[in-house]
Amino acid sequence: MSVTRRGFVAASAIGLAAPSISYAQSDVIRIGHLTPRTGFLGPLGEYAVQAATLAGEEINAAGGINGKRLELLMEDSVNPQTGSAKAERFVQRDRVAAIVGEINSATALAIAQVVNRERVLFLNTGANSDALRGSDCQRFMFHVEGQNSMYVKTVGRALVEGGLIRGKRSYALTADYAFGHDLLRVARRFLTDNGGTVGGEDLIPTDLTDFSPFLLKIRQARPDLVVANLAGAQITNFLKQYSEFGLRFPVAGFGFDTALAWGAGQGNFLGTWPVMWHHQIQSPSAQGFVRAFTAKFNRPPENQAWGDYLAVKLMAQAMTATRGTDGPKIVEYFEGEGRVDILKTREGYFRKSDHQLMQEAYAITALPANEVRNRWDIFRASAPMPGPNEPLDAIAATAEENSCTFR
Amino acid sequence: MQIIFILEQVLNGLLIGAFYLLIALGLSLIFSLGGIVNLAHGAFFALGAYLTVALAPEIGFGGAFVVAPVLVGILGLVIERFLLRRFYRADPILGLLLTFGLAMVAEQTMRMVFGAAPVPFSIPQELRGQVLIGDFIYSRYRLLILGVAVVAVFGLWLLLTRTAFGRVVRAGVQDPDMVAALGISLKPYMSAVVAIAVGLAALAGVMTAPITGVHPAMGAEILTFAFVVVVIGGLGSFWGVVAAAFIVGVVRGLAAYFYPPATEASVYLLMVLVLLLRPRGLFGERIQKFE
Repeated sequence: MSVTRRGFVAASAIGLAAPSISYAQSDVIRIGHLTPRTGFLGPLGEYAVQAATLAGEEINAAGGINGKRLELLMEDSVNPQTGSAKAERFVQRDRVAAIVGEINSATALAIAQVVNRERVLFLNTGANSDALRGSDCQRFMFHVEGQNSMYVKTVGRALVEGGLIRGKRSYALTADYAFGHDLLRVARRFLTDNGGTVGGEDLIPTDLTDFSPFLLKIRQARPDLVVANLAGAQITNFLKQYSEFGLRFPVAGFGFDTALAWGAGQGNFLGTWPVMWHHQIQSPSAQGFVRAFTAKFNRPPENQAWGDYLAVKLMAQAMTATRGTDGPKIVEYFEGEGRVDILKTREGYFRKSDHQLMQEAYAITALPANEVRNRWDIFRASAPMPGPNEPLDAIAATAEENSCTFR
Repeated sequence: MQIIFILEQVLNGLLIGAFYLLIALGLSLIFSLGGIVNLAHGAFFALGAYLTVALAPEIGFGGAFVVAPVLVGILGLVIERFLLRRFYRADPILGLLLTFGLAMVAEQTMRMVFGAAPVPFSIPQELRGQVLIGDFIYSRYRLLILGVAVVAVFGLWLLLTRTAFGRVVRAGVQDPDMVAALGISLKPYMSAVVAIAVGLAALAGVMTAPITGVHPAMGAEILTFAFVVVVIGGLGSFWGVVAAAFIVGVVRGLAAYFYPPATEASVYLLMVLVLLLRPRGLFGERIQKFE
């Protein structure tokens, strides 16, 4: 039997088309995962992708969602323009039931505009800006990631207790894009409300790798506290070079990701920083996640992995509870403010007024070099904030600070 | 008092400029002799940094300092022999596409092997510390970088101007046909130039590993700067590139001092300005084969 070239082409065309036939709409539920996998936020995107993959596998191993297999479609969101185009393609071509992910605040806003038009849910796992929960809030967007106000109030409490705010002068380095500008505004409000002053403020381009000009400026200004409102690879570079120049001013960050401190290397991590989650939390579900992730990927998960893992699990939970994938019904389900396990000591809930997950947060402080035992346990975490006797929304932005009207 | 602060930024800018030089000079050499815009140059820089992280636990930072650039230089030889060599006389766009593809493959390979997260690496204990000159504080390690860069650049200059090898290379830049007519094949010279150029990029990678995040995109980040330096300096001019590197370093430092959001943008503005006033760059020479 001879195989003609034309026949071969036709056969391979059928072969290529086959997967889309076998995964017909009826027996799978698709969730689109978008996050930056390259560029200055790429290091975090990798954790996000691994964690979402793990969550998807666990869901399918337990029988899927409403008897259907969960299929995760994963893409690099790159920047706001590309992210928005890919979100549109996810919804219109791939018919995803929901979109999960993102880290960049500007891209998250672009995705939110798409999902609001298409009435499909978007669970934000890494974009912090308060504006996304305030002036730019959208009915179909929910936030697993903490907002800037939560980060600022969490680490702020630790700093106030340490006597680093009242009557003290700080010098802020801020990432020059949507996230940083929003954080700077929130941080400035917190500092002045608590009796501190801002002595210097520099906006740092996101692609900057050499901090030496700014370290010289900080040394000249002699502040009482250096505040880092940085993002992505910037944090690693800042930590390495701050310790290289041997500056002694206390450092605190209002935004942070553990992976970037792990990447700085021995003896370079310093200061006090906020996190929404860390691998030392001793709740059973948290430790179960740490074990599963470490077994699969050979390193412990960090806050970004937690966010994407939790978001995929919460979406599955909502689809099971509402017996379907109807966007408006899922919005209603989350707006019911039902308590859910979020891999922390206390359960959390989505606040109806701005769709922010109400949850505990932690201030972590770098361990002195001689107390560091391994690559991962390089910090000591505070007790969860808010404390057990406070309402969960004690660290979130109030309606006066950040008001949301859904469109 | 303010004048001292500005002076600090100028000095720091000169130091940073020396570092850019290591990458920009190689880029300029490969283009001048081979006519290839090497977009993969940043990848060799990143590879140097990753090799340092991988080798240092075995042979120490000092060992990696020697071995990593040599290994990358050998890789450069192989790539020159089997890929670049086919494109010297071809449409420049083909060489551009080739090296662009190489850069993407290299970055993605590093991401697959080492992961997207930065891999930890610190300044070796014995090189840590600061130097105080009056009120001017500086990192000891950066002074070491400056020393290495100055030695490397001076060595390259000697090689190009004081040796038979350098005379052939310089003749090849100006008029490859005449060199061929004299019975000299430029092929082995081109191989050596590529090996030296990417070796220098790797050396810069080795030096930077302890002080910036070692991650797959680090090559792409530095490459744009190196290009700007070459364009400002002008093609074919050794000292043009040297001057441009220092100017770029200083302009960047001053921008950081006076208007931080423009720290990186200032360098591109400078390039636009130079191109408007001197399209050939500061000291660019008229090269027959590119006219």
